[in-house]
Amino acid sequence: MPDRIRLQVARYRPEQESEATFDEYEVPCPKEWVVLDGLNHVKDQLDGTLSFRWSCRMGICGSCGMTVNGEPKLTCATFLSEYAPGPVRVEPLRNFPVIRDLIVDIGDFMRKLVRVQPWIVRQTERSPTQDAYRQTPDEMDEYKQFSMCINCMLCYAACPIYALDPKFIGPAAIALAQRYNLDSRDQGAPARLKVLSEHAGIWGCTFVGECTKVCPKHVDPAGAIQRYKLTAAVESIKSFVLPRGAS
Amino acid sequence: MKAHSEYHQRWLRRPVSTYWWLEKPAYFAFILRESSCMFVGWFVIYLLLLVRAVLDGEVSYRQYLEWSATPGILFLNIVTLAFVLYHAVTFFQAAPQALVVRAGRKRVPPRLVLAGHYVAWIVASGLIGWVLLAGRA
Repeated sequence: MPDRIRLQVARYRPEQESEATFDEYEVPCPKEWVVLDGLNHVKDQLDGTLSFRWSCRMGICGSCGMTVNGEPKLTCATFLSEYAPGPVRVEPLRNFPVIRDLIVDIGDFMRKLVRVQPWIVRQTERSPTQDAYRQTPDEMDEYKQFSMCINCMLCYAACPIYALDPKFIGPAAIALAQRYNLDSRDQGAPARLKVLSEHAGIWGCTFVGECTKVCPKHVDPAGAIQRYKLTAAVESIKSFVLPRGAS
Repeated sequence: MKAHSEYHQRWLRRPVSTYWWLEKPAYFAFILRESSCMFVGWFVIYLLLLVRAVLDGEVSYRQYLEWSATPGILFLNIVTLAFVLYHAVTFFQAAPQALVVRAGRKRVPPRLVLAGHYVAWIVASGLIGWVLLAGRA
């Protein structure tokens, strides 16, 4: 294994240039170093002007998503040695506008996320002095997989539908909506149905399936979307057939 | 949407290439799967033409058979068969992701859902084969 590896890092300095360029750096490549370690080495030792987001370094915070050799990756979970002898090309996440270097604007995702109300919605609240909202392990298993999402947005970067139609609400937002729809304590499914059954909601998805492949937490957003299509279709038929609608 | 600072006015937006579907093998496989629908449609039309030819009588049916044996139609049908098989296989692969089947309180493993699709395919093909062969006998 080589002891050093070349990083080709995308740079975009809006005050200087109107297009992205690449700067090349040589960094150490011990077997335990991930791409993020390489970028931090550049920032600390070689070029302090390089900008990128990171926080936890352990695949929890979802901040360090970037495009590594063309694939959306969490750079804290992607080992440099996998790309030996290099070079390793590091670019910002695709399908988002770039603010600077490797930093993208995530405002679009944040606005969409809020629309699906990713929290427990109750029609009636129990007082804290009453019984807790109990849940069996089987009931928790219904949504647990979808609750693993860390909002890293790799799924948006991999989704060609989102690239072509930025109005598409996107994989993570739908998976998180399902996380709460399938929670036995939640009563917000009818409100989420209105958002998710819009044209830019679940029906925008044509099941490319790349969102599931790139997800570092095995959330399976593509599966969540397809399952919700069935739910939405059944609810739509119910509202048509039943005199008082589906609710 | 208002920008947060003067530099945000200069976000770098990267346009999507017309040939985005050639960038990754998975995207290309997806486009092939989507376009296979056209070939499924052709098989439906081809079957309807057969039904019409049978209803119109023996002469019409023989003309349909002769037309089907021409190189152009034969080639089209071979390509169509390949696409329809690809359509079926990719559809089956996707099915366990979209379909949650339960046996009591337990979820049926996705592999069994996939196997169920193939068993149903084999049984249906066997049934059609049996009807055709029984008709000849």
